[in-house]
Amino acid sequence: MNTRLTCDVVVIGAGMTGAACALYAARAGLDVTVVDRGPVAGGTTGAGEGNLLVSDKEPGAELELALLSNRLWAELAEETGERAETGRMIEYEAKGGLVVASSEQGLAALTDLAAGQRLAGVVAEQVPADRLRDLEPHLAPGLAGGVYYPQDSQVMPALAAAHLLRVSGARLLTGRTVTEVLRTADGSVRGIRTGHGDIHAPAVVNAAGTWGGEVAALAGVSLPVLPRRGFVLVTEPLPRRVRHKVYSADYVADVASDSASLQTSPVVEGTAAGPILIGASRERVGFDRSFSLPVVRALAEGAVRLFPFLSEVRALRTYAGFRPYMPDHLPAIGPDPRVPGLFHACGHEGAGIGLATGTGHLIAQALGGKAPETDLAPFRPDRFEEEAA
Amino acid sequence: MRTELAVVGAGPAGLAASLAAAARGVHVTLIDAAEDAGGQFYRQPAAGLGARRPRALHHQWRTWERLRDGLAASSTVRHLTGHHVWCVERNSASSGASGRSERSAAFGVHALLGRFQDEPVTVHADAVLLATGGYEKVLPFPGWTLPGVVTAGGAQAMLKGGLVVPGRTAVVAGTGPLLLPVATGLAAAGVQVAALVESADPKGLVRRLPALAAKLPEAAGYASRLLRHRVPFMAGHTVVEAHGEDRLEAVTVAALDPAGRVRPGTGRRIPCDTLAVGHGMLPHTDLAETLGCRVDGVNVQVDDEQRTDVPGVWAAGETTGIGGAALALAEGHIAGRSIAARLQGTAPDPREWAAAASSRTRLRQFFAAVDSVCAPPAHWTEQVTDDTVVCRCEEVRAGTVREAVHGLGAGDLRTVKLLTRAGMGWCQGRVCGPAVAGLAGCDLTPTRRPFARPVPLGVLARTDHPAEADHTTEEGPS
Ligand SMILES: Cc1cc2nc3c(=O)[nH]c(=O)nc-3n(C[C@H](O)[C@H](O)[C@H](O)COP(=O)(O)OP(=O)(O)OC[C@H]3O[C@@H](n4cnc5c(N)ncnc54)[C@H](O)[C@@H]3O)c2cc1C
Ligand SMILES: Cc1cc2nc3c(=O)[nH]c(=O)nc-3n(C[C@H](O)[C@H](O)[C@H](O)COP(=O)(O)OP(=O)(O)OC[C@H]3O[C@@H](n4cnc5c(N)ncnc54)[C@H](O)[C@@H]3O)c2cc1C
Repeated sequence: MNTRLTCDVVVIGAGMTGAACALYAARAGLDVTVVDRGPVAGGTTGAGEGNLLVSDKEPGAELELALLSNRLWAELAEETGERAETGRMIEYEAKGGLVVASSEQGLAALTDLAAGQRLAGVVAEQVPADRLRDLEPHLAPGLAGGVYYPQDSQVMPALAAAHLLRVSGARLLTGRTVTEVLRTADGSVRGIRTGHGDIHAPAVVNAAGTWGGEVAALAGVSLPVLPRRGFVLVTEPLPRRVRHKVYSADYVADVASDSASLQTSPVVEGTAAGPILIGASRERVGFDRSFSLPVVRALAEGAVRLFPFLSEVRALRTYAGFRPYMPDHLPAIGPDPRVPGLFHACGHEGAGIGLATGTGHLIAQALGGKAPETDLAPFRPDRFEEEAA
Repeated sequence: MRTELAVVGAGPAGLAASLAAAARGVHVTLIDAAEDAGGQFYRQPAAGLGARRPRALHHQWRTWERLRDGLAASSTVRHLTGHHVWCVERNSASSGASGRSERSAAFGVHALLGRFQDEPVTVHADAVLLATGGYEKVLPFPGWTLPGVVTAGGAQAMLKGGLVVPGRTAVVAGTGPLLLPVATGLAAAGVQVAALVESADPKGLVRRLPALAAKLPEAAGYASRLLRHRVPFMAGHTVVEAHGEDRLEAVTVAALDPAGRVRPGTGRRIPCDTLAVGHGMLPHTDLAETLGCRVDGVNVQVDDEQRTDVPGVWAAGETTGIGGAALALAEGHIAGRSIAARLQGTAPDPREWAAAASSRTRLRQFFAAVDSVCAPPAHWTEQVTDDTVVCRCEEVRAGTVREAVHGLGAGDLRTVKLLTRAGMGWCQGRVCGPAVAGLAGCDLTPTRRPFARPVPLGVLARTDHPAEADHTTEEGPS
């Protein structure tokens, strides 16, 4: 079947980022088509978790984007469309995060981090050791203290991508691989080519996640997006025993002390459906899908250390995904000055669910020629060009 | 625990392989979740229940006796019962050589035992044979979750366990050769079998049956037994609905047209209190997938020696393709001989297993022919109403799956699961996988299940893994 379509903007990628770009672009009045080689959420969006965290980010551009994004997530969750309440459909929960430290040294590092975050607008409440169990009754004894972050929330990523796409009203074309970014004689974008025909549009958004570098290459530009593998463990369904997102701050101290043997620092969280999610590991092993028992054991160890009762709880499954990361750990967001009409929205590493709304919002502003709400300079897609040169 | 060969699965394939390898001097550890050897086929009547005439049910009883006695007499096969293998791990340090220390063992076979399956045991082995068999495939239809509806295998197990109550009325339905022993077995145990409903096209059956019967004398035996017990055989029919308030009271059976659609107006109600239903079998491939073995379609791929493409890993029996007990025996025998030679550093001589190889060829052809005739109706999903539960663990209905595909853009088993939860429960999609694939119109691809059994986090978290001590991970919460 050959189709020829025309629209205002083509979004490549039906993951969380593409869905959010489609939503905000459509709301800005643009006619949007989303294309994916697989189904909805078939990429990293369907292989990770849905933490919307501000707690794990140091003050700077990423934290600003996270704060904007969390505000937008909360707004979306409140919306009641004609068909259903978005918040419930995407399993949005503003449950808050609790970061705990096991040593005085770790607590000092965490307290420092929180102080800086507060200045950037993060709500961070110090929790003394003897109050930790008020928040999390099943936490291990002997912890030094922690910080509570009420803004940390969560969604179910695949549902969020699917429902944002649905409410956007954008045209969704799955099962179509983009093989070419079409350009005019002067080099600007005029559409894309797929195995099922061409789609003409003056703007193309690269929301291809971990494969964003390949899509950029189709437009003749380089974008260094690389895979970083992560495993998640899922337990049997349980009655709610873990109330917040809980993770250990020890990695903050480890980074500060430049320790050689770094630890996995899994986030432990209950879900609306009952299972507890434990994730996630981080490794740079390319696109290697093979199962690694040692990595999963490390996750389990970290989780049991925080919540001893988990020792008896069964893991039902585990899965792996590939975070899209860029060398400076910041995403590429905004117009590509090298190719007029090409916009990038990829490379969000371990925060692409959380940062999706802000990213979509900023992309829609850029598509509409408006001044972006936050400075896009740190996310410039061509920022690595100079280094290479 | 240290062994040369770890065999997972003590069914016909695993038993034959263990004995064949042991006869060549290999130290074998045979591991099975069940309390007794025998697998699905030779599952013994539970001691004390006094099941009558096991010979009548177990036609290859003598083969079984030989295997059982061989196992009991063997001093080199250690049989671990009640061991649920949750993962077979390939140790990266070693490359399948026959080193002796635990550290250099090529594989760690991780099992759970005890009443609560929470005691960890690891068997370290130089070579592994996967003989985990298969499991039943059941497609949903309205009413299929009513008490009284059982799988064909469930009925067979009830029979072999001596738990069948004579005087009841049963319908046996679905497709495939398993239905025959189930129907004749039930009838012989005094159950009134009101119908054997096979969806295969009668013309195809008539065309193929004589050839099939010639290849497998067993089939003719079943046919005569069906006649003797006056079991009505309804080919080209399917059960479209099971009825009942709290439990099964009747089924509606209808005729199929050549395209595999239900013919309107042909529905007929048959009262019964048991419906044994099966749509064939699917191989267990979890352990193989996790080891990285090639799985083609739904079968673990093996070469003429039953080797997978992962060095040191063999597979035999139904995990490599559904084909009955005799085929499993032949494959197991070949695997055992191949493993013995390879572990001893020699190339095996295929002439050693010429007889097994020729029955393997014959039986594979036979089952390929069976497969070409016995298939669920092409349009079975049309009978599945939107409110029919498809995933029993998570109670996901057909309408929800359809909405995920047509309304939300799901396109494969994984994304349907993510958007509906179908396949996320205890069985991890083993039961509902074929149904969801059918409803979604996608291929049934083996789902990755790194844990073949649920495993306690405390077992995972144990820190005494010397081989893994050098592993470092990176920091960060997400
Ligand atoms: C284990 C793990 C845990 C994580 N936990 C969190 C978390 O808690 N919170 C958080 O915010 N983030 C988390 N992440 C990160 C998050 O999952 C990703 O950042 C996010 O999913 C990226 O979404 P995306 O839409 O940019 O990419 P994807 O979801 O990968 O979507 C890209 C899409 O582009 C399509 N595509 C690629 N090439 C082409 C082509 N040529 N033609 C057509 N289509 C194409 C792909 O098929 C794919 O569907 C985690 C990741 C992992 C792996
Ligand atoms: C209802 C029914 C009727 C049948 N009737 C006939 C018939 O009349 N004639 C015929 O030829 N065939 C029949 N079969 C088929 C026959 O049972 C199989 O072909 C045969 O048992 C396959 O042998 P196998 O060794 O490959 O696997 P199986 O016999 O299935 O043995 C596999 C073993 O592996 C064990 N196992 C699996 N996974 C694990 C794990 N993770 N950890 C530990 N242990 C594990 C299981 O407990 C099992 O004991 C029938 C099957 C069924 C279900």
